[in-house]
Amino acid sequence: MTDGRPLTARPAGRHALLVELRDAEHTAAFHAEVLRRRAAGALPPVTEVVPGARTVLLDGVPDPDALARQVADWQVPPVADDTGAVVEIPVRYDGPDLADVAALWGVGPDEVGALHRSHTYRVAFCGFAPGFGYLTGLPPRLHVPRRSTPRTRVPAGAVALAGPYSAVYPRATPGGWQLIGTMPDPRPLWDPARERAALLTPGTRVRFVTADGTCAGPGTGTGTGTETGTGTGTETGSGDDPTAGTSPEAGA
Amino acid sequence: MTTRLTTVRAGALTTVQDAGRPGHAHLGVPRSGALDAPAMRLANRLLGNDPDTAVLETTLTGCALRPDRDVAAVVGGAPCAVTVDGRPAAWGAPVRVPAGSVLDVGTATGGVRSYVAVAGGIAAEPVLGSRSTDLLSGLGPTPLRDGDVLAVGAPARPAPPPVAAPWPGPPAELVLPVRPGPRADWFTPAALRTLTSAAYRVSPHSNRIGLRTEGPPLQRLSTGELPSEGMVLGAVQVPPDGRPVIFLHDHPTTGGYPVVAVVPEPALAAAAQAVAGTPVRFTLA
Repeated sequence: MTDGRPLTARPAGRHALLVELRDAEHTAAFHAEVLRRRAAGALPPVTEVVPGARTVLLDGVPDPDALARQVADWQVPPVADDTGAVVEIPVRYDGPDLADVAALWGVGPDEVGALHRSHTYRVAFCGFAPGFGYLTGLPPRLHVPRRSTPRTRVPAGAVALAGPYSAVYPRATPGGWQLIGTMPDPRPLWDPARERAALLTPGTRVRFVTADGTCAGPGTGTGTGTETGTGTGTETGSGDDPTAGTSPEAGA
Repeated sequence: MTTRLTTVRAGALTTVQDAGRPGHAHLGVPRSGALDAPAMRLANRLLGNDPDTAVLETTLTGCALRPDRDVAAVVGGAPCAVTVDGRPAAWGAPVRVPAGSVLDVGTATGGVRSYVAVAGGIAAEPVLGSRSTDLLSGLGPTPLRDGDVLAVGAPARPAPPPVAAPWPGPPAELVLPVRPGPRADWFTPAALRTLTSAAYRVSPHSNRIGLRTEGPPLQRLSTGELPSEGMVLGAVQVPPDGRPVIFLHDHPTTGGYPVVAVVPEPALAAAAQAVAGTPVRFTLA
């Protein structure tokens, strides 16, 4: 990092370091640099590299103090915005909070989908549930608060907004985000039997596309299984996700 | 031919556990794995299993199993009565369970979690390289229910000669060494002193996700919201009520409450065996 006080390395126990960056953009750049150096064999062994909103946790590090001194000297190039594939998520904009979000955005309910689709997103970090990615990319004027009362059950595939983030629920869980739509077949989001278990991993770019017109229509019950061809490129066939509900402190 | 174990009595919460699935925290996948890892390893070693072979982890009330072939088993961890077809059998040492007999792992007489290792290990289907049940995200085998049938792997080698193994007893007082955590500066200077001098107790609301405590709340200096960040095993997270929660193996991989301190992993085995009400003392490591 080239400008003043770009990062703070905070100790997190005997074998971990929490590196705090100035903002989401620096965090993305630093995370990419960690992965580059790890791939190049230029990083001490590290078990976990966990990006957060403004931090990157390096866990399972033999000597966190030595690593803290190293990272302070890194030159970190800005993250390239237009590299890598884009994962497309088909969405039906039929969520129960569509009207509330439209009101917050100052538009009609039928305009929410077009606005939501007009941005390219990036997985900033994961958590809450396997395959749940926190997507950044909405401009600040479209940020919305969480619902004042969380739902006890948000269905799998719900497309949701909260704060600066957009997300798709990989499985049914409790949740307090505003629900604007549905990914008709959420199975590609998380499949532990697949080589790459999570579709959305930190750094992945995401675009939402309309599922209208490609869906066989309401009531068929089978029309959603064929739509993952729209860019996700994965057929799972491994059955449903586990559905045990949990309510972690970091609740989404 | 595969040996099968039928669950005659599942107990309050019995799960399959091994060393867990590290390396997937960035996908939101907890490490999981046996909470009292030394107990799991010792039970396995006594049978000639590799130390991290999958075992059963019980919670307070044990479980009962019936093999369809002769198996060797070790019950360790939390002390409890062990019987085979109602006859007393050894705790903490290999036991032979004849085909069709019932191995009963009784209610813990101290501690919380007993470990049942069988020669060859529990052969559940691995998920992301581990057979562990992860209660937070629902990965791995579901917790045992009465009537469930488990497959047992083929023993890797003949059982070793019996040895007298030292099993640590459950803690009468839980002493947890801590180092200041990444967000210690979110708390008043008095808060860290409170943490390391006040009397806490293990809360009955503890589980595989976290050891909750009861005691004086820790006062925060900063009242702002913490953007979600990565959480380590042993993190002492402080929710708005001020009562420290020590993150155990099924903890969320990112979280939004500040971490005041971190307990080193080796000290967590004792935390896994501390019953509700056990006094907790945090000491500066």
